Amino acid sequence: MTEKKIRVLIAKPGLDGHDRGAKVVARALRDDGMEVIYTGLRQTPEMIAEAALQEDVDVVGLSILSGAHNALVPQVIANLQANGQTDVVVFLGGIIPEDDIQNLLDHGVYKVYGPGTDTREVCKDIREAVKTKA
Amino acid sequence: MTSALIDSLRKGNRLALSRILSQVENGTDAGIAALEELFLETGTAHKIGITGPPGSGKSTLVNALTRELRRREPEKKVAIIAVDPSSPFTGGAILGDRVRMLDLQDDKQIFIRSMASRGALGGLAEQTEALSQVFDAAGYGFILIETVGAGQSEVDVVNLAHTTIVVDAPGMGDDIQSIKAGILEIADILVVNKADRPGADQSVSYLKNMVEMGYARSINNRNHHLEDFHENPVEATPSADWIPPVLKTVASEYQGITELTNAILTHAAHLRQSGQWHAKDQAAIRTNINHQLIAGLLKDFHQNVPAELVDSLVEKAQKRAISPNAAVRDLLAYNRNNTVESSE
Repeated sequence: MTEKKIRVLIAKPGLDGHDRGAKVVARALRDDGMEVIYTGLRQTPEMIAEAALQEDVDVVGLSILSGAHNALVPQVIANLQANGQTDVVVFLGGIIPEDDIQNLLDHGVYKVYGPGTDTREVCKDIREAVKTKA
Repeated sequence: MTSALIDSLRKGNRLALSRILSQVENGTDAGIAALEELFLETGTAHKIGITGPPGSGKSTLVNALTRELRRREPEKKVAIIAVDPSSPFTGGAILGDRVRMLDLQDDKQIFIRSMASRGALGGLAEQTEALSQVFDAAGYGFILIETVGAGQSEVDVVNLAHTTIVVDAPGMGDDIQSIKAGILEIADILVVNKADRPGADQSVSYLKNMVEMGYARSINNRNHHLEDFHENPVEATPSADWIPPVLKTVASEYQGITELTNAILTHAAHLRQSGQWHAKDQAAIRTNINHQLIAGLLKDFHQNVPAELVDSLVEKAQKRAISPNAAVRDLLAYNRNNTVESSE
């Protein structure tokens, strides 16, 4: 009864307006028994970190299709850390070129998912990441 | 005894507040200890419940209302607890109320917390009241509690809020809906949101009729007229009944929000002057104690009574050898005397 629920913030930083992917992932995590906070479109890194703080989430999932990931993702992570949330797992989905992935992982991204990812894989990864963190 | 986290909360650290909210929500030992300590510092916040059917615009109204409350009483911080339903099948939830509250993100004196109902059925989560107490202790002067999209009987919020706002939208039903028992009865303030849509005036008139039927006896010594809230908060007279006003809003356009805020502040003044603030507080504490008592007694019971005895009585009842009533009588007797004194 008091099993701790995994809380996930799904956010879309930047200016692209396509949130179908984010919603599909949100739904998949919900169906896996997680509590998913969805914040809507066009969020700044500051807004995302603020929402993550207020909601005390374990995980932040970012969806970016605009190509601005190299700028936005490190800013989100820097803001989370500035707020003291150093243990939050950050994952990323969207259109991310192969060449950029290593750099993002170096910045602290847990995993990067492209189109066609099996959502069960995402759920499994998140559960593992949260477990090892605890 | 006091933990470092509680110290940080008292100093206004918002991450500490957020962490304590999680501990309390999850019912951890640390959370229970924190609440026991923090409760002693509660009792100042004005708790405002917002309920109504899905899609009536509760979140959007909370967004507009919060901005107005911050403008009107800038020295008071505002907390929002937004409850959305958990899936009955997986226990997961999508908490989407923040999407409608994007105007509130830049103000550090506002704290929005989403909550999944986690199987509770009254429109709130089990720990919503506890979370509101943490916010109260942390110095939030207004606490807005948004229920899950409510039907007719999700009325738990009334036990918790000083002021309950029931939000409806045009076209939700005719006048027979409005005289049914349930959610409309709990309103201190009725709001017809999306009032720019066709049918708004008709909804207002249904609701006003309902209110006037209910208060026919006391309508002559009413403390305000139903349209009085264009003015600043009126002085409420202690003797008069509160008659729920029916207000029109278009929350997405910030229309009618001044009047709604006036009504809320007037209601708070009315409660204080009539002594009902004190009475409501006491009733909420009594309900809280009763709930915990039931849970505690049940836990004691299961520790005291062997599961095999429960199982055997369930089996007997399934064979129609005894009724569930008789089974309960036997179980309670066992719990009192630690022996089986079967009523067979």
